[in-house]
Amino acid sequence: MKDPTIIPATEGVEPEDQLVTRYKAESPAREAWRMFRRNIPALAGTVMLAIIVLATLYGALFYTGNPFEIVWAPHEPPGMTPEFPLGTDYLGRDIVAGILTGGGPTLAVGAAAAAITMLIGITLGALSGFYGGWVDNLLMRITEFFQVLPALLFAMVLVTLFSPSLWTIAIAIGVVSWPQTARLTRAEFLKIKELEYVTAARAIGARNKRIIWTVILPNAMPPLIVSATLTIGVAILFEAGLSFLGLGDPNVMSWGLMIGANREYILDAWWPVTFPGLAIFFTVFSVSLIGDGLNDAFNPKLRER
Amino acid sequence: MNASYLLRRVGYGLILMLCVVILNFLLIRLAPGDPAVVIAGEMGGATEEMLESIRQEYGLNEPVITQLAIYIGNVLRGDLGESFFFNQPVATLIAARIGPTILLVIVAQLLSIFIGVVLGVLAARKPNGLMSAFVSVFATIGYAVPVFWTGIMLIILFASVLPIFPVEGMQSVRLRDAGPITQALDIAHHLILPAFTLAIIYLAQYARLSRASMLEVLGSDYIRTARAKGASQRSVLFKHALRNAALPILTVAGLQFGNLISGALLVETVFNWPGMGRLAFDSILRRDYPTIMGVLFFASAMVVVANLLTDLSYRLADPRLRGKS
Repeated sequence: MKDPTIIPATEGVEPEDQLVTRYKAESPAREAWRMFRRNIPALAGTVMLAIIVLATLYGALFYTGNPFEIVWAPHEPPGMTPEFPLGTDYLGRDIVAGILTGGGPTLAVGAAAAAITMLIGITLGALSGFYGGWVDNLLMRITEFFQVLPALLFAMVLVTLFSPSLWTIAIAIGVVSWPQTARLTRAEFLKIKELEYVTAARAIGARNKRIIWTVILPNAMPPLIVSATLTIGVAILFEAGLSFLGLGDPNVMSWGLMIGANREYILDAWWPVTFPGLAIFFTVFSVSLIGDGLNDAFNPKLRER
Repeated sequence: MNASYLLRRVGYGLILMLCVVILNFLLIRLAPGDPAVVIAGEMGGATEEMLESIRQEYGLNEPVITQLAIYIGNVLRGDLGESFFFNQPVATLIAARIGPTILLVIVAQLLSIFIGVVLGVLAARKPNGLMSAFVSVFATIGYAVPVFWTGIMLIILFASVLPIFPVEGMQSVRLRDAGPITQALDIAHHLILPAFTLAIIYLAQYARLSRASMLEVLGSDYIRTARAKGASQRSVLFKHALRNAALPILTVAGLQFGNLISGALLVETVFNWPGMGRLAFDSILRRDYPTIMGVLFFASAMVVVANLLTDLSYRLADPRLRGKS
């Protein structure tokens, strides 16, 4: 056998193999997108979420009405009056108006809370996994402490102590949800920091800060993106639960608030609680379909199947 | 299992609880306004004498460190403060409510693990079968449904369409004086809907997890050996495979306990179940901080105990871990 270094790269390679080589050189993000595009449930989730977001953003333009305003007789069943297709609640407020305007705060708080969760979780997890030693020990003990606190109860306490605005709620949800993200980030960092390209980055003189944020973190992103998606779903359920208990911002209509306000009358009228609940369900459902799709797209084990 | 390991775990749990106490203290201090007013509760309509007696009791005129020491000392003596709304010590209030919550949470946990594992094992027999598809769809749906809404939907269903289960409270008034067996049956009857509501979310997760865990185990050599020596399908699934697939399920069950308590809070509110969650809800509406803090303390203690028990049962279930510390 000849010295391998002097063989031209293409010698003996059939055109078909070259195609395979090109396929493998595709960037991971593109490859994931190609996988995601073929995943029908994930696409359905994306379309569903897009419709929900557009409806909450622009629905109010086409369907005028203040969700707090009493516009009709109370407990008008759905489908009876053309102006109020989903009926009215116990005060005679329009349910369609409530659903269209009530999604905004739920989605905004969900997204903001997920962002806060990721920010705290990724920062602490990255420091913990990268530095190890006493930093890791300390941060992991803090993480364990936060996992002991029942999340919803702690969020309730925070919202009650500090007046309930959308920001307080988002921060409260973020403060109770980060431990899982921190653990996931730490595990990824522990795995990646041993890899050769990290050693290579160190060899060319990269500082710790640069290695953490520009070398390791981008490579740890796939599982973190999946986790972020699922966190949005959990945060939406949290916001709905807090509003349902009457701990949301009382001046802002939200899906959870609609269910909470109509709770006492469920045996007289099923619709004022059913439709907002379906809205929450479809939102979280679409988010989790996207999360599952991303998980499959990023997971190389599944790609071979 | 060795004693020093057990001691270390218990000690760690106690340190965690001490941290919860310090956190409670800090939260009251950090809340806007006079801590004495916060403790008395904004709705309590506290008089100046009342506030002064609170300042004395909690040492609010002393330096912060002394205040913390007094607070921790009070908690150690079992004094979690006084609820000005209920006009009762917080410890007494919670003692009356903790039983129903533990009952609800444990029954829901057992229900979700049992049904979830059975579904998961059945699904794992045919990884591409109908049952597998059902489990994965059900898991995604179960994750997305707000638990309080499931409860409300079940109440509507069982109160008006199919009135076979009571939809509110824990006991029927007319059976308060009945014999213990009748009462226990009555409570079990009331427990069905709340426990099932709470179980649904986790049931779906356990089904998905045990399916994945079983599939992994079913591919291993000792399963092939078991089949080769002629063990029946049922024996292979439930004896050989499930025992080994059970460890991840156990881990998740421990981790889920805190979430289960959060869920119980909502379920208790929906079904008027007389537990700690209902108490927390009522006291939050009245800004009864000592009670809220007391509930937070006891709920965290339940999670610490659950984590400890999970850890110990993990060691019992996995012989490889027994000797290690």
